[in-house]
Amino acid sequence: MLKKILIANRGEIACRVIKTARLMGIGTVAVYSDADAASLHVRMADEAVHIGPSAASESYLLADRIIQACKDTGADAVHPGYGFLSERASFVQACEDAGIIFIGPPPNAIAAMGDKIESKKLAREAGVSVVPGFVGEIEDTDHAVRIATEIGYPVMMKASAGGGGKGMRLAYSEAEVREGFPATKSEGLNSFGDDRVFIEKFVEDPRHIEIQVLGDKHGNVIYLGERECSIQRRHQKVIEEAPSPFVTPEMRKAMGEQAVELAKAVGYTSAGTVEFIAGSDRGFYFLEMNTRLQVEHPVTELITGLDLVEQMIRVAAGEELSLKQDDVKLDGWAIESRVYAEDPYRGFLPSIGRLTTYRPPEEREREVRVDTGVVEGSEISMFYDPMIAKLVTWAPTREEAAARQLLALGSYVVRGIGHNIDFLSAVMQHPRFLSGDITTGFIAEEYPDGFEGAPLTDVQREQIIAAAAAMQSSRTARAAGISGQLNGGAEYGDDWVVVVDDDAVAVSISGAAPEWDIVIGERTLSLTSGWQPGDQLFSGSLGGEPVAIEIERQPVGDRMGIGGSRHDVRVLSPRIFELSAHMIEKIAPDMSRYLLCPMPGLVVSLKVGEGDKVEAGQALAVVEAMKMENILRAEKSGTVLSVKAEEGQSLAVDEIIMEFE
Amino acid sequence: MQEVLNQLEEKREQARLGGGQRRIDAQHAKGKLTARERLDVLLDPGSFEETGMFVEHNCIDFGMEDQIIPGDGVVTGSGTVNGRLVYVFSQDFTVFGGALSERHAEKICNVMDTAMKVGAPVIGLNDSGGARIQEGVASLGGYAEVFQRNVLASGVVPQLSLIMGPCAGGAVYSPAMTDFIMMVKDSSYMFVTGPDVVKTVTNEVVTQDELGGAVTHTTKSGVADLALENDIEALLRARDLIDFLPLSNREEPPVMPTVGDLEPDESLDTLIPDSANKPYDMHELIRKICDEQDFFELQPAHAANIIIGFGRVEGHTVGFVANQPMVQAGVLDINSSKKAGRFVRFCDAFNIPIVTFVDVPGFLPGTAQEHNGIIKHGAKLLFAYAEATVPKITVITRKAYGGAYDVMASKHLRGDLNYAWPTAEIAVMGAKGAVEIIFRKDAGDPETIAEKTKEYEDRFANPFVAAAKGFIDEVIMPHSTRRRIAMGLRRLRTKELQNPWKKHDNIPL
Repeated sequence: MLKKILIANRGEIACRVIKTARLMGIGTVAVYSDADAASLHVRMADEAVHIGPSAASESYLLADRIIQACKDTGADAVHPGYGFLSERASFVQACEDAGIIFIGPPPNAIAAMGDKIESKKLAREAGVSVVPGFVGEIEDTDHAVRIATEIGYPVMMKASAGGGGKGMRLAYSEAEVREGFPATKSEGLNSFGDDRVFIEKFVEDPRHIEIQVLGDKHGNVIYLGERECSIQRRHQKVIEEAPSPFVTPEMRKAMGEQAVELAKAVGYTSAGTVEFIAGSDRGFYFLEMNTRLQVEHPVTELITGLDLVEQMIRVAAGEELSLKQDDVKLDGWAIESRVYAEDPYRGFLPSIGRLTTYRPPEEREREVRVDTGVVEGSEISMFYDPMIAKLVTWAPTREEAAARQLLALGSYVVRGIGHNIDFLSAVMQHPRFLSGDITTGFIAEEYPDGFEGAPLTDVQREQIIAAAAAMQSSRTARAAGISGQLNGGAEYGDDWVVVVDDDAVAVSISGAAPEWDIVIGERTLSLTSGWQPGDQLFSGSLGGEPVAIEIERQPVGDRMGIGGSRHDVRVLSPRIFELSAHMIEKIAPDMSRYLLCPMPGLVVSLKVGEGDKVEAGQALAVVEAMKMENILRAEKSGTVLSVKAEEGQSLAVDEIIMEFE
Repeated sequence: MQEVLNQLEEKREQARLGGGQRRIDAQHAKGKLTARERLDVLLDPGSFEETGMFVEHNCIDFGMEDQIIPGDGVVTGSGTVNGRLVYVFSQDFTVFGGALSERHAEKICNVMDTAMKVGAPVIGLNDSGGARIQEGVASLGGYAEVFQRNVLASGVVPQLSLIMGPCAGGAVYSPAMTDFIMMVKDSSYMFVTGPDVVKTVTNEVVTQDELGGAVTHTTKSGVADLALENDIEALLRARDLIDFLPLSNREEPPVMPTVGDLEPDESLDTLIPDSANKPYDMHELIRKICDEQDFFELQPAHAANIIIGFGRVEGHTVGFVANQPMVQAGVLDINSSKKAGRFVRFCDAFNIPIVTFVDVPGFLPGTAQEHNGIIKHGAKLLFAYAEATVPKITVITRKAYGGAYDVMASKHLRGDLNYAWPTAEIAVMGAKGAVEIIFRKDAGDPETIAEKTKEYEDRFANPFVAAAKGFIDEVIMPHSTRRRIAMGLRRLRTKELQNPWKKHDNIPL
C-alpha cells in the first residue's frame, strides 16, 4: 500500500482526498499557493509545501514544483484531483519517470481521450455510439438529402465556419433540407466567406448523462451506473444526480457496456467518466471521456456505497478490483448541488471576498454530505474556481433526496459574498425538475429573464409566520430579564401580528422556548426549536415537518430566507400594527438614473464629467476589484448630471458613482 | 359623586382628542402618528402615567383667549421601556401646530426636573412649528428654560430626542444638547433658518429636506445619529437604544441576559488581509465580539471612517469605538474625531466601559483639514479618551501610526488593558515614510532605501517593540479577542479612578 500521498490540488477536492487517505492510514501532503496559505486543505494535511504565487499558472499548474514537492516530502504517490494537472499526460509521464505513482489512468489513455477527434474515432472503433453525421464535401442539395435520410431526422446543418448560432439550420424533413441547405450554404459564404456545410444528427431535448467507470491494472473494468448532469448553466454543471430519472435498466446496461469497451480499448485504469448526450428517443451518443475523478463523483459514491478515492488509491497501489460488475448495486437516490460564489440576483455575477459567516448544514451519515474546502473567514479569491462547496443528499427515493436537499440548502448560512443557494433551492422545488423532465436547456428555458427568488409556498409562509412569532416570544422573554425594572417587564400578551413583506397575519402564541403552540387563523400548530436570540438559523419542526429558515436581524424586524426566497418580516403588537396603517409606503427611488458600483472596489478612472453626453455602451468609469479592472458602461444614452465618486475612492457595492439627467 | 367622576372622564376624553379629529386626520395623512399614539409605540403597554393633562396656556392676545385646548400642545409624563422608567414629552402637532408656549415649556421642564431628581432618562418627541408667536417673548423664555435644563441634565440622565416633524429656529437647540437625535425620513427637518430665509439672505435655493432633512443630518452634518423610515421604526429603535443605557449617572448600565459563549472564533485569525494596503470591514470584528452579534451603530453614514455604537459583552453594555479601514483607510479627520469624541464622553459620563479597536494610519493631511481646525477637533478625541475614567480596553489590530496611536485610547491615556494582535504595527509612521526622512541623503539610491525600509519594517512592523516598553499589555490571538475583552471587563467592573477636582474642564470646543 502507498505510504504518503501528495495532493496536487486545492479546495474541497484536496480536503476530500485527504479524508480518505487518512481513513486508510496513509500520510498526506498538501501543496499551496500564496493565496491558499491559510486554507483548510493546508491545515488538514499532515504536511504542506508552498509551491508558488497565487496564479495557478505559477503554482498548481507547475509539474516540476509538484514533483519536487513529492521528492522533498518523500511522497510516493500523487493524487491530482480534478482540473489543474489531472488530465495532462506529460505530467503523468514525468511522475512515472521520477518514480512517483500517479493515482489515475496511464498517460497514453489520457492522451488518447484528450484529443476530441481522436477520442471520437477510438470510440466509434470500440463500438460506442457517436453522434451520426457526415464530415466531408457535400456536393449538392440532393447529396445533402441522401445524407440526412441516412442519418435520420431531425438533422442539424451547420456552416463549417459558423458559430454563435449563426449559419445553423434545423431540418425535420426532406423538404426542410431542400430549402435549408442552399440557404445555409449561402449564409456561410456571406457571413464567413466559406460555403462548406456539414450535417449531423440533431439530438432533441438533450440530456447530459455520464457513466462512471473503474478499472484496475489487471485488465478489469466495471461501470458504476450513471449520473445525470443536465442542470447546467452555460455548460457549467449546477446540479447532478444518480441515478438518472431518464435511464432505464436496459439503457444503463447498454451505456455502461459501451463505456467499459471504450475504457478497455485504451487500456484505462483508475476512475474515469464517459460522457454521453441522450435524446428524448433514448438514443445516446458519446461526447467525451474525462480521465479523472469528476466533481460530481459523490452521488455515485452514495448510491454504490463505494469510496472512489479509496478505489483509485487501491488501483494505483496495484490491487485488483475487489468487486465484479454483478456486485455493483445501485441503492436509493443521490443529488448534488454545487454551491457557487455567484449571485443569481445579479445575473450570476461571480462574487469574491471573505466568508464573514459560513455555517454549512450538519452532516449526517450518508444522508447529508458537505464537501468543502472553506471555513468561516476563508477568502473566495479571483484566482480559482468559484465553487464554495458541494452539498450532497441521499434518500431511498428521488423525491425524498430532493426534499432533504432543500432542507439542507435552507440550513446553509453564507454571508459576505453572493452565492447561488437560493437558486439551488428554487430548482429543488421546481415542478419540472421534480418531474424528472429535464434537459440541458432547463435553466435557460425556465429562467429566461434571470432569477428573482423562488415563489413562496403556503407551507413556507406558515413556517415563517410561526418562526417569527416564536422568535418574538423568545426575544420578549429575554428582554424581560433586563436589570433595573420598575414593576416587572413589559406585558405585551400572547397576541401578535406578523407582517411578511406586506401581508399581515394575526397570531396567538403560547408556551416558551423550545416549545410553542401557535394559533394562526383556525389552526393551532405546535412548534419546536432550539432557537435563541442571535442565532442565524431557525431550525426546528412545525406540525411535525422540519423547518429551516435563515435569520438576518435588521434594525427593525428580520430578513428571513426560506426555500430560495427572502422576506422582510416584522412582528408587531396589535396596537402597533393598527397604528402602522398610517405609515406611508415609500416608493423606492428610481435607480436607473444612477450608475452604481457593481462590486466593492476602487475607482481607477472616471471617463466622463458633469454635463457630458454619453451614448449607450460608452465607458463611464473603471473600477478595480481584486486587481481586475472593470469597465462600467452606459446602459442607455443620456447626460451626466453629477459625478458623485472621485478617482482613487473606495466604493462599496451599490454606491452611486454618477447620476444622469 | 358619579357625576363628578363622569365629568373627569369627559374632560380626559376631550384632552385626548388634542386638536380634534380633523387635525388628527391631517397628521395621519402625512404619515405621522399623533403625540399619544407615539407614546403607545414607545412605551410598554399600559405603563404611561400622564401629568399636566389639563394645563392651559395663559395667553390673552390675538384671540388666543378663545382657543383653549387642555394639555396645551404637549403630552407629558412617565412610563417604562422594557420595564425601566423613562420620562417623556411628546409635542402635539394637532394643537396649534405643536407651537411652544410658556405653559407648554413648563410642562417639559417639569418632566425634566423630575427625571433628574429620580434619575431616569428623558425622551423628547419633537413635532412643533416653533414658538407660540402670539405669546411673544414668553415663548422665547420657555425655550431658554428648557435649554437650561438640557444642560443641567447633560451627563446626569440620558437625553434622547426624536425629531418627528418640524424643528426649526431656536427649537433646534434643545435636541442639539441632548445625547442622541433620531430623525424620521421625509417627515422631519431641523434647521436654524429655513429655505425662505436662506433664499433671501444668501440667494441659495434649497429644499427643506436638502437643508435639514434626516438624510442630510445623518450624512453631511452629523447632527443626528440615526435616520429612520417612519414614526414606528424610529420609536421601536429608540426602545432598543434605551435598553443599552443606564437610567442615570448614579447607576450602572443595565444587564441583559444575552446569549453568547467565549469560545475561540477562528475566523478572526484571517480577518487581517495579507496585503497591508487591503481594507477589511471592522464591523465584522465588532459584531463577533458582541453578544448575539448585536451591534447598535450610531451615525453609520457620517464620518464612516470611524465606527461608534453600543453592544453587550456577557450582557453588560459596552461602547465600541473603531477605526474603519474600509473608509479612507480609517484615517482620523475632523468629523471622525468629533463623532468619536462626543461618544467617548457620553460613555464616560454614564459608566459605560469603552472598547476601542485600532487600525489607524494617522491624521488626514491637507489644507481642508488644517484650515478647518483639525488641531482643535482632533484634540477633542484625545481629550475625551484622556479624561475618561471608565474601564478602557484597546485592541490594536493592524496599524497604529503617529499621533493617532496616542489618541486612540493608548496605554499612556490610562488605558486599562491595551492588547495588540500579532499583525499590529505601532510606529511613528509607515516604514517607507520613515526611511525617506531618516535616510534623506540616500533618496536617490532606491536600493539603499529599499534595504532600509525592510530593516525598519523588521524592527517596527510588529507589536513587540511596543510590548517590550510596556505600551502593550499583551499580544493576543485574534480568535481569543472576545474572551480577553470579557475577562478584562469582568475584572474592571470594580475600577475606581477619579480626576482631580475642578469646576469643569476646558475641552477644546
